[in-house]
Amino acid sequence: MRDTLRFITCGSVDDGKSTLIGRLLWESKQVFEDHLSALERDSTRYGTQGDAMDFALLVDGLQAEREQSITIDVAYRFFSTPRRRFVVADTPGHEQYTRNMATGASTSELAVLVVNASKGLQVQTHRHARIVGLLGIRHLIMAINKMDLVGWDESVFQQIVADFQPLVKELGFSSFQPIPVSALKGDNITEHSAAAAWYKGPTLLNCLEEVDVTGSATDLGFRMAVQYVNRPTHDFRGFCGRIASGNVRVGDRVRIVPGGMETKIRSIVAWKASLPAAAAGDSITLCLEDEVDVSRGNIIASASDPAELSDQFEARVLCLSEHPLVAGRSYLMNLHTSQAVATITAIKHQVDVKSGSHLAAKALGMNDLGVVNLSTDRAVPFEPYDKCRRLGSFILVDRLSNQTVGAGMIDFSLRRAANIHWQAVDINKAARARQKMQRPMCLWFTGLSASGKSTIANLLEKRMFAAGRHTYMLDGDNIRHGLNRDLGFSEADRVENIRRVTEVARLLVDAGLLVIVSFISPYRAERELARSRFEPGEFVEVFVDTPLEICEQRDPKGLYAKARRGELINFTGIDSDYEPPLSPEIRLDTVSHSVEACVEEILKAVESGGASKVGGKA
Amino acid sequence: MSGYLATLEAESIEIIREAIALAQKPVMMYSIGKDSSVMLHLARKAFWPAAPPFPLLHIDTTWKFREMIAFRNRIAAESGMKLLVHTNHQRIAEGVTPFTYDSDRYTTMMKTEALKQALDAGEFDLILGGARRDEEKSRAKERIFSFRSPGHRWDPKLQRPELWNLYNARINPGESIRVFPLSNWTEADIWQYIADQDIEIVKLYFAEPRPVVQRSGQWIMVDDERFPLKPGETPEMRVVRFRTLGCYPLTAAIESTATTIAEIVEETQTARTSERQGRLIDHDQSASMEKKKQEGYF
Repeated sequence: MRDTLRFITCGSVDDGKSTLIGRLLWESKQVFEDHLSALERDSTRYGTQGDAMDFALLVDGLQAEREQSITIDVAYRFFSTPRRRFVVADTPGHEQYTRNMATGASTSELAVLVVNASKGLQVQTHRHARIVGLLGIRHLIMAINKMDLVGWDESVFQQIVADFQPLVKELGFSSFQPIPVSALKGDNITEHSAAAAWYKGPTLLNCLEEVDVTGSATDLGFRMAVQYVNRPTHDFRGFCGRIASGNVRVGDRVRIVPGGMETKIRSIVAWKASLPAAAAGDSITLCLEDEVDVSRGNIIASASDPAELSDQFEARVLCLSEHPLVAGRSYLMNLHTSQAVATITAIKHQVDVKSGSHLAAKALGMNDLGVVNLSTDRAVPFEPYDKCRRLGSFILVDRLSNQTVGAGMIDFSLRRAANIHWQAVDINKAARARQKMQRPMCLWFTGLSASGKSTIANLLEKRMFAAGRHTYMLDGDNIRHGLNRDLGFSEADRVENIRRVTEVARLLVDAGLLVIVSFISPYRAERELARSRFEPGEFVEVFVDTPLEICEQRDPKGLYAKARRGELINFTGIDSDYEPPLSPEIRLDTVSHSVEACVEEILKAVESGGASKVGGKA
Repeated sequence: MSGYLATLEAESIEIIREAIALAQKPVMMYSIGKDSSVMLHLARKAFWPAAPPFPLLHIDTTWKFREMIAFRNRIAAESGMKLLVHTNHQRIAEGVTPFTYDSDRYTTMMKTEALKQALDAGEFDLILGGARRDEEKSRAKERIFSFRSPGHRWDPKLQRPELWNLYNARINPGESIRVFPLSNWTEADIWQYIADQDIEIVKLYFAEPRPVVQRSGQWIMVDDERFPLKPGETPEMRVVRFRTLGCYPLTAAIESTATTIAEIVEETQTARTSERQGRLIDHDQSASMEKKKQEGYF
């Protein structure tokens, strides 16, 4: 029976990937007549091949792609031969669209890496080979294209293969087949080329039809991540999902991770029937013997060999966003069907795409690959990616923009979670607060340099102190010169700066104090992270909303003038962004109000407890 | 069921369940065609023994084949799901018909505009649709979970990366996600699956003698008395069937003798033209589908 092979074409820009796919579709007679007449019309209008047909136009479907003769996004195409069905993802070669290439690669079993014979291996060739290897694709065909441009010179072909050979070993491909082709002329695509009598290997289509991608069977037991709980009536409670590994039979003992409860499979429900058993890849509904607590994101696993559970991971990550991934910043993590808040606790290293060597890095920029440590806000069930793609792959989503900013693969659990136990103490925050007769909280001032944060915060602390309150102020002077003297003003350092300040403020609030934090804290994500570290009502964001022009006029330390002259870099408001709060508890207008009036406003809000009204939001 | 159909089915059921688990207020587009029939079947399988926990939405231009409407009402009732029907009555009152406007403007007003009205009124955050990547070049580029900005616009240059089976359905108010569970099916797969699962489809897909006239080299069925015949023109009876179904004046029939699913599968496998060739709206210009999609068309 015919099976389906999912593969991608990748490689550097202009190496002829789209032309190659167009040629494959054409040669395997998968082009409909009406599509063909559209191609003839389009070839004359947009084509790069004179009056001849431009096969790339069969796959470059977007107007912008046709106008520029480039591929922007991945296109999925379908064709079949009597031997196999194929789903091919034609992916872009430009570095800026690498994330679209990764999208195509993540669901493929084989990659056709296209190389332009007249140019040899490019940086993008290396990058794509590494991404393909990183994503766990084990089968690689190297289509050395445009051989007609080098007169079908065998030595050119052999040299490229020799140059690439070390990478095949390093990335652990289990099959590697180089093929000399001309996509434009159709040589060695479906028929052997008369021009290259020296080449005795398979044609591209032969190779695609023959390659065996059934990997060695995984030794993992039964695992299914729960997608949806189906509960139409009181007497039916089914857990829906797609089996990630192993087999399941009615009567099997299973364990719920997390939770650890054990029970048995009562029935496997399918459309209008029950099944005796089901296997990896099946979408099913399971009913259990006992009323155990199971929800979306849990894994139902074989009881004798359950899935792992952790809140600390080492993972390989690819940055997909123009905003860098930074240590200390938190993201939403979608791992199979579970969702957690994940913080990058350390960037261990960045991988140099050309050489594979490890580079020290504080941030991963767009399209960078790296190895990171991640900490999640709760323990999540998983398997290492190399054991199970479905349970070891994750995406990172920015909490404010909702963009998918990273893709990752879990290597292993750091298992630190099991070793850290909170010291339970009898003297707690509530006891300390009672002793001081006050409600501890963190008043977080944010605003541009010279907006008036420190002036207002200083007067506020004086007034509170005079009223018998126990206070402490954290600002640049007492933090940047000591605790954070190792940090500069890059985005990564600013994130770490705020993370440390947040933790110190949290300890001081725990000690029962009224803590005033006065930092520019330009990024919303860090302020939201800070907020998430406090209990509802404890965190009061005070936005000192002074326009940039006014701050620049005031400029008491002459910093704006320096920044404008280029003597200070990464200066907020000038060459570094400030993201104003969207809904601060308190917003101060320092242009029309005096310092005293601003302080009164804060005191009124704090004393009335009104600041807690929005404290519950995440 | 053969191996690859079982895999396609399992993948689509996974996508439908994921969509519903992540949505606040989901809805499924139901166009009465074969793809909608397969989608509905998959949705019922995904949530069995419950009925799918969302309504069906049909955008009725009032120019659908009469048989389609009767079929729709019966099948929706059988599914146990709520059926929502929306028509752009304002444009009908203004006299918009497939005969008074060209197909491009007619589609914009009666389908795209109507769809946006219905989605806004229902405040749906996630919309399941039956589009397939093999249908058309710009669809081949679309994600399974496809982000729409306020106003239902699709920006093909700003699609979210979509890796593995991990779907990002997070949105802000006013934005929405369209989900295409049949993305990786081909026309042949749809027919094989209909045959395998014995899914009931509208009889218009099977060949029988029908009253047709020839317009621009294509056979158009005269489904009711609203069809403006040219002077002296009389419909002739021909044995025809439809590869896709839409508004009857805009959907061309093909001459065919296929009266069973097996014969249709056979015909599909040897087809020389794509199914959308019978859709008059796609021929307006080379990138017409991409433009319509950007404006919110399904």
